[in-house]
Amino acid sequence: MNRGEALLRWAAPGLLGLGVLALWEGLVRAWAVPDYVLPGPVAIARALVADWPLLSASLLVTLEVAALALVAAVSLGGLLAVLFAQSRWVERALFPYAVVLQVTPVVAIAPLILIWVNSVTVALLICAWIVAFFPILSNTVLGLNSADRNLADLFRLYGATRWQALWLLRLPSALPYFLAGLRVAGGLALIGAVAAEFVAGVGGSGSGLAFRILEASFQLRIPRMFAALALISACGIAIFALLGLVQHLLLRRWHESALRAER
Amino acid sequence: MPPAPLVSLRGVEKRFANGTLALAGVDLDIAPGEFLSLLGPSGCGKSTLLRLITGLAEPSAGRIAWAPGHEERRRAIGFVFQDPTLMPWATALDNVRLPLRLAGVPRAEGEARAAAALARVGLAGFERAFPRELSGGMRMRVSIARALVTRPSLLLMDEPFAALDELTRHRLNDDLLALWAESGITVVFVTHSVFESVYLSTRILVMAPRPGRVVAELRQDGVPAPREAEYRTSAAYAALCREASHALAAATGMAP
Repeated sequence: MNRGEALLRWAAPGLLGLGVLALWEGLVRAWAVPDYVLPGPVAIARALVADWPLLSASLLVTLEVAALALVAAVSLGGLLAVLFAQSRWVERALFPYAVVLQVTPVVAIAPLILIWVNSVTVALLICAWIVAFFPILSNTVLGLNSADRNLADLFRLYGATRWQALWLLRLPSALPYFLAGLRVAGGLALIGAVAAEFVAGVGGSGSGLAFRILEASFQLRIPRMFAALALISACGIAIFALLGLVQHLLLRRWHESALRAER
Repeated sequence: MPPAPLVSLRGVEKRFANGTLALAGVDLDIAPGEFLSLLGPSGCGKSTLLRLITGLAEPSAGRIAWAPGHEERRRAIGFVFQDPTLMPWATALDNVRLPLRLAGVPRAEGEARAAAALARVGLAGFERAFPRELSGGMRMRVSIARALVTRPSLLLMDEPFAALDELTRHRLNDDLLALWAESGITVVFVTHSVFESVYLSTRILVMAPRPGRVVAELRQDGVPAPREAEYRTSAAYAALCREASHALAAATGMAP
């Protein structure tokens, strides 16, 4: 790929975004749409700057919950996956319950968790974790069971212990699958944190972005709503890109997905 | 008197869980230092026989006995699969070091021995390369180096060169013969190629399918290894190829 092409790859979505924003602003002005119905990008940017102290504090709160939930999802999801991979029976017995957790909408169980758990932060964390851990668990289990059969035979032939086979064969085989799950889980952790905040509806100084959106809607400060929304989206994109970079760095030497086709 | 066999199989039978009889009544003595080829059509149980020798599978009847001093199979056996079967996330050196690592050999010693094994198969300088970065023939060389790194007394090869182009295969055949001649290792080589088996072996066992069994034995002693350049065009080679082809055709025709 030459430099022009690389530049275009970044420029194309950027230019499209700018065009859409310009059209949006133009239409809002042409029809004189009031701010409380649909603010233009300029009004939203102004709100973002004016409310930055408030919004950035809330952003940090939400990001903290999302990040902690992701860490918990990686450690508990990964550990559970290793446990599942030890025996088909453990997997058969436990996997349906993991699926139950996954398919139950988090907004439906969040109120229960808020009742059971005293600390709101811990309750939010649990909600975000429930949403984020499943892709890690299911992908890692698949990866651990996808080790090359001949290689597994070779390990047996050379008398590898269970631990050696796990550490030297099954975990490396699972890495690409785990990383794909991680990329999905990163976005889900953020979504889970925001959804749980909506249910919790906690105000005050330590509240997250979702509460700022609720608050702004009650006060009809629609530009601030949009500004908070834009922040959440930007964070989601940043998390996705960051985890993509991690994936690329870990796999670039050996995995098909990270190699560029030679033409 | 011939030397005591390294491995001997008596009345070995293998029936799979689904009822298929893969091998029936196989008697086989593997003499130390020989280059034995198992030649047969697909489905004749050649690979199953190799797996039984490794101990990865157990015979459903009969017995497999090792010569005294070689009972511990994981030290005694090197195995080369049809595919190179390398760990894609590990360098050539780490792939070759794997058997030593599993046996608890310290890292420095393991790396030195792995590097030496790579050099023996002509891959000095490729220690840090990942399998992706190597050609098919080079990957197979890494696989052979890994099988040799434990200095096994028996090298088992399951159609190792079947997926390679002819030029690469010929070169690997020659290098394998040279390795065999200089190390005195015993080789059991599974193939469905008449020419390959005749070119390489001191003894060929022709196998027939359904159920898998040994139906003919051909010997070729005293042809010096490495082979001379003209060996592939010699009359002796052609005669043995004809004989092996006939035996193989008969074996295939015998199947119901």
